Amino acid sequence: MKHPAPILTIDHLFVRLPARQGMVRAVDGISLKLMPGKALGLVGESGCGKSMLGRAIMGLLPKHAHVSEHSEIFFRNRALHRMTGKQVRKIIGKEMAMIFQNPMSSLNPVMKIGRQITESLNHHLAIKKKDARDRVVQLLRAVGIGAPTQRLGQYPHQLSGGLCQRVAIAIALSCDPALLIADEPTTALDVTVQAEILDLLNAHQKKTQMAMILISHDLSVVAGRTDETAVMYAGQIVEHAPTAVLFQNARMPYTRALLDAIPRLSDTAHADLKSIAGNPPDLVDTAPGCRFSPRCPAARTKCKTKAPPFTHINGTRYGYACWYPLESHGAWPMPSCTAAGGQ
Amino acid sequence: MSADATARGLGPGFWLPAAWIVIVLAAATTAGGLPIANPDRIHWEAMAAPPGTAANNVDSTESGGDHSSPGTFWLGTDAMGRDILSRLVYGARVSLAVGLVAPLIGIFAGGFLGCIAGYYRGHIESIVVALMDIVLAFPGLILLLAISFYVGANLTTLILSLGLLTIPAFCRVARGHTLVLAEQAFIDAARLAGAGDMAILFREIIPNIIIPMAVYGLMVAAFLIMAEGALSFLGLSVPAPTPSWGAMIAEGKEFLEATPHISLIPAGLMFVTVVSFNLAGDSIRSVVERRESQL
Amino acid sequence: MEYPIGRRATVQAVCGVSFGIQKGETLGLVGESGCGKTTLARAIVNLQPVSSGWIDYNGQRLTGGRRQGGGAPTGIQMIFQDATASLNPSRSVGKTIAEPLRIDGKTDRRTRYRLAAEMMRDVGLEPATMFGRRPFEFSGGQCQRISIARALITSPRMLICDEPVSSLDVSVQAQILNLLRRIKSRYGLTMLFISHDLSVVKNVSDHVAVMYMGALCEIAPAARFYQSPLHPYAAALLAAVPDPDPDGSMDPVPRIFFDDPDPTPGSTGCRYQPRCRHARPRCAARRPALRQMTGDRQVACHFPLHSSSAPDECA
Repeated sequence: MKHPAPILTIDHLFVRLPARQGMVRAVDGISLKLMPGKALGLVGESGCGKSMLGRAIMGLLPKHAHVSEHSEIFFRNRALHRMTGKQVRKIIGKEMAMIFQNPMSSLNPVMKIGRQITESLNHHLAIKKKDARDRVVQLLRAVGIGAPTQRLGQYPHQLSGGLCQRVAIAIALSCDPALLIADEPTTALDVTVQAEILDLLNAHQKKTQMAMILISHDLSVVAGRTDETAVMYAGQIVEHAPTAVLFQNARMPYTRALLDAIPRLSDTAHADLKSIAGNPPDLVDTAPGCRFSPRCPAARTKCKTKAPPFTHINGTRYGYACWYPLESHGAWPMPSCTAAGGQ
Repeated sequence: MSADATARGLGPGFWLPAAWIVIVLAAATTAGGLPIANPDRIHWEAMAAPPGTAANNVDSTESGGDHSSPGTFWLGTDAMGRDILSRLVYGARVSLAVGLVAPLIGIFAGGFLGCIAGYYRGHIESIVVALMDIVLAFPGLILLLAISFYVGANLTTLILSLGLLTIPAFCRVARGHTLVLAEQAFIDAARLAGAGDMAILFREIIPNIIIPMAVYGLMVAAFLIMAEGALSFLGLSVPAPTPSWGAMIAEGKEFLEATPHISLIPAGLMFVTVVSFNLAGDSIRSVVERRESQL
Repeated sequence: MEYPIGRRATVQAVCGVSFGIQKGETLGLVGESGCGKTTLARAIVNLQPVSSGWIDYNGQRLTGGRRQGGGAPTGIQMIFQDATASLNPSRSVGKTIAEPLRIDGKTDRRTRYRLAAEMMRDVGLEPATMFGRRPFEFSGGQCQRISIARALITSPRMLICDEPVSSLDVSVQAQILNLLRRIKSRYGLTMLFISHDLSVVKNVSDHVAVMYMGALCEIAPAARFYQSPLHPYAAALLAAVPDPDPDGSMDPVPRIFFDDPDPTPGSTGCRYQPRCRHARPRCAARRPALRQMTGDRQVACHFPLHSSSAPDECA
């Protein structure tokens, strides 16, 4: 058990999207490993490529996207990048599932929710319609829906956003996937509902030892709910660390700046927030050097001319991409599962 | 700034068809000054001549003062010995007048009604929609037949009646866009700044529906050029001998086997022109859509 | 100033809401989507008809006898959540900022454009390169700066901010919040700041008001509110705020969970009672009115939390 095989390995993934100004480097050389049963938080500002990364894993990229030939994605030791669309579709929904930001649009508006879940079961597990019903009720109860039998006959528009997201989660979890990608699952929801949904995902993830990638623009969403966190900036991973470590001891100035920009309940009122000056860079004509250097308070000449490589810490998967990382205080604790489960 | 960006995005898919439309338009408007034959003049010695036939000097029987005869009938002559090139150029006047002026009636009348209906909603919208349904339900051909019977078919009545028939379509497009725009926060912002209803309609909504209306107008123009052709077959277009593309195709239909060029040349020209209108409209639309999707 | 508002239509979006804002202070209005906070703001600026009640501003009555339209009351302006959508896409941003002055009609074009350029500089935009550009060339944060500039150009005394940072990234959110705080002190503005995010509200507010399903459940000075909320709903909202500083082990916070909060139309009880963990029979029977508590606080609850003035065995 010392070195379990990763469930997902991404190697040198490049995704480019054509736009009027040229090719947008949406994902620009990402390598990542995810261990089974672990939750990874993927954080970054809008347009940093985090959703494209999620879609690339699921084979859900837009038709006109270009994936570099050298990009490799392995899922359970199978090379997704070499599979045909048909082969990938056999895996999606069954072994790998995804939930999206807008639950309303991921559900079919003209189909009763009971049938939508049944179809998924029917399609992937070849469960007969009659047997499926019991399982659907069980699933809906598992995602915290109070009166499942009533809800079966309802249409998505009759449910609130939070309930719709629960149904979308039920569909995603229906085949017990080994990997769940949650792309901003709570951004469209209210705070109270957000907390419930995140707890639900967290509890299920811990219970079934499912691997999960939680994509969010909000660092506080992944805090305490993931084992490790990767921070993306301009199509690249700039820091990757165990979540608890990242929040206490960020090495990359961008991570620090993102953390500092969050308004906190513990802050004094009317305090000036530390914002990050400027805007994220243009992903078409990328300048040489560190992509964050134009906004970085600690940038020096080297940062503007040479792109920093991803520095691994102590030979682990973790590390950062920065020439002048922030000081590390204390020993770098090894990853330990610190995320708390909900009830 | 944004005009530059839009222009850069248009590309040859827009500029080639646009250039063709401009050439046709220029030829039609300056037809009188072009070195081409009189379109109505009958060349008895060269009936249904194939393209490239040299005109001989028999035309000396005609008195001067007319256009000088060309050295060659570049596109041949029709069954009555009239120069096809020259008839095409003069015929473009009818086709373009129908294709460009009739949609303008639709754009202004239909656009206005659509904006009002979409902005004010309520009773005004119900009345406008009902009115448009009546126009839509009214059989267009019967209307044209009635007009040509009572008033007589001429270019003005043709344009007016075709224009009237396009009003509901433009009204629908304008209403649809207005309904969406009226919900946008920038309308609220204008209201907060103290803008009245008319100011909101004219300064906030209409500038944002001009481009979609124009794109739709190009499609309708293409359709009306074809419609004029179809009406010629029924004798509901401009009366002979005024040349129009539709009339020229209709006149040649009896000689298709022996001398197909009489019909096919105007048909080809109509085809290229109609395709040009559609292509130009499509490329503007795709640029606008791309720009909007970048928001 | 005091704003008791009752809006009665087919749906009662806001019902019997009364509160006041002192000059120069910021009131944070918090609640979940659909609780009526935006309707309330729109009623103040005359974008929404008010069926009963009154709104006073600076001793001047805003409601009653006025027809719809006619713009915001003098001295009050508003900025919106979706800043990009609040800018006319076919108008350059410089002209957009100058537009309220044009409608006002008291200035000539050159003065307007000069003032608009000055205002752009004030909100951190560069007029030399940006004046003639269209909104779609700007990011969400820049668009919000533009809409702030437009709101400020008529020198309002009060600014209503309807979720101004909810659709922005954290780093940009911080920029806009800092900007709002700066212009507030610079122009001496009174602000009504609407948000669903309690940590954002804490950063800007002097007083906090919490709304639930069209009614107010608590109003308090910000400091006291964040220390100990009195209303169970306010407490649940505070507990749900995601914590960006996990201390290793996160203790599971009791979450409110309720299937779908259907407001039973005929119910006379507390609106929050079906979701409330502290609900008792009296809550279902009688709707609590907003009442004064110690420390300049008001709460609409029969059994407020952390309160010495009312008995509460659950707390």
